[in-house]
Amino acid sequence: MKPYVLIVGLVASTALTPAAGFAETLRLLTWGSYAPEELIQKFEEKYPDINVEVTFSNNEEMIAKLRATGGAGFDLAQPSHDRIYAAQLEYDIYKPLDLSQINTDVMSPVHLDAVKTNTTIDGAVYAVPHQWGTSGLMANMTEAPDVAGWDDLCDPAYAGKTSMRLKRTILLGTAFAMGEDPFAMYSDLDQYQDLLDRVAETLITCKENIKAYWQGGDDLSAMMLSGEIVASETWDSTAYKLYDQNSDIVFIPPETGALTWIDTFAIPAKGKADDAAYKWINFVLEPENITIMSGSTGAIAAVQGGADLLPADKKAAVNASFTQEDIDNLKFFANIPPGVEDMEGKTLEKIKAATGG
Amino acid sequence: MSSDVKRLSLILLFSPFALWIVLLILLPHIGMVALSLREKVAPRVYEFGFGNYIDFINEPIYWNTLLRTGSMSLLVTALALLIGFPVAYYIAKIAGKRSRGALFLMCLIPLWVSDLIRAFGWILLLRETGVISSFLIWTGMTDHGIEFLYNDVTVIIGLVYTVILFMIVPLVSTLDGMGDDMIEAGYNLGGNSLTVLRRIIIPYAMPGIVAGCIVVFMLTAGSYLTPILLGGKNSSWFTEQIYDQFITRFNWESGAAFGFLLLAFTSFVVWLGLRLSGQSLTNTVART
Repeated sequence: MKPYVLIVGLVASTALTPAAGFAETLRLLTWGSYAPEELIQKFEEKYPDINVEVTFSNNEEMIAKLRATGGAGFDLAQPSHDRIYAAQLEYDIYKPLDLSQINTDVMSPVHLDAVKTNTTIDGAVYAVPHQWGTSGLMANMTEAPDVAGWDDLCDPAYAGKTSMRLKRTILLGTAFAMGEDPFAMYSDLDQYQDLLDRVAETLITCKENIKAYWQGGDDLSAMMLSGEIVASETWDSTAYKLYDQNSDIVFIPPETGALTWIDTFAIPAKGKADDAAYKWINFVLEPENITIMSGSTGAIAAVQGGADLLPADKKAAVNASFTQEDIDNLKFFANIPPGVEDMEGKTLEKIKAATGG
Repeated sequence: MSSDVKRLSLILLFSPFALWIVLLILLPHIGMVALSLREKVAPRVYEFGFGNYIDFINEPIYWNTLLRTGSMSLLVTALALLIGFPVAYYIAKIAGKRSRGALFLMCLIPLWVSDLIRAFGWILLLRETGVISSFLIWTGMTDHGIEFLYNDVTVIIGLVYTVILFMIVPLVSTLDGMGDDMIEAGYNLGGNSLTVLRRIIIPYAMPGIVAGCIVVFMLTAGSYLTPILLGGKNSSWFTEQIYDQFITRFNWESGAAFGFLLLAFTSFVVWLGLRLSGQSLTNTVART
């Protein structure tokens, strides 16, 4: 009889644990700096029964984490808008959003429509926009004043003093710099493979010129601030942060157009706190919270007049980088069709394995 | 009655080990093999097949990386043995009783710090604006910073540093058991230092050498952080390929196949090493 009692006791105590605090937990899977401590505290004060837990990640790891559990373990994820459609088709990791619960009126129509078109499957919408920004170049103006296009990273004048992240952005950027339009080739994968081969060739020759491939915002910032590199491929938000510390470092939209990404809100398929997730979404879309969020992320909120809600220092950085012409020239990341991820992955491996300088 | 108690205690003692082996080693590996034998034919549709292994054979990048990882791991193992043996010999045989414990502890201390932090320590020392480069500029030996990171030499230094302890510990414990009288007898019978080392000390330490080499080789071939962080743009380590397959390319099937190939490859190298040196697991590792 004894073990029986013990087991019953164990079961009862486990069952009681979550009820004891009466608190609901919102498990957020997002980018570094997308959940500033200040906002979390404010949110927990507003909703004392919700407890926020944050896991920082990136696009690839978010999908890998959700895939491992079939969409369990997190209640709100923030992948970029081009990472929803194929991932949902392949692995079924998100659940459709109930748009009536989201304050979509405040969102900027351009971004909302772009995300909706990109993430609608069988009539259901799987994501709404949160923040947007661009990928482009940054350079230290005193040492590399002539950087203007993606291919300038391979300019021998800056040998050993440039960097890039070995991910798909640089493949696309290099393709644009070669005068091609990779997004237009997504419909013809043979043609796209041919383009990727040429891009790989360029980037392998370029390897000698590169100091190191950066992995995240922190190591990029360290290399740039210490002067070890003078130009790099970058997210605009990282460049804006560096502009704060050294106004010689500016973001440069490449002449072929900066590549535009939109980070979204998506609810994992087995999320357990949808209400709390919707509350968080609406909470961070409130104007005064947007300023706090943008101050931390350096990205622009996808709401109407989002750029005006930037903190003053970030606004200065944006104005130093973008002209109206640059904004008209923005290129939105196109949806990644199934299969392309694999082709690009293989190309990146080829570049990494090539013995350059 | 007493035989029942004996059996029960045997079962109780054995069960944690059995659970560990079955739940944490056997089951995951069976899962990996099953996963590696699935071929993706369309979204959410899979078929049984050896496609992932065939891909590996057909793509030179993959097996070149595996061979590179294997040969660099062997080099690291050899260096760790060369550097670790004198250290272990000093601790076990030459150092006094009291300093022995202190020396051993000093070898252990770096292990209290995580791998990641130690790799970052190397980065701070070796980067272009790092400690060593700045020191060289300060002494006037060079006018501009020197980049020590991002090459194979740095990766090997970092790896030897990370794993050398696993060479020293088994060596110390075997050498500790060797009586001084054996060495004295060697000299009395007219041997010089080299003969004593070759004919007496090394054969006696063989179990420790083999155990240390196996552990070090396996750890090196399976390491991820050190080669990635210190190797930068030119680090091609096989574990990185596995990570890329799983995370960047969402291709768990071929990631699992790669993982299994790495296991098979390292096991093969260990078997070959034992064969060539005329040792077996029972008379070496099991004895330490």
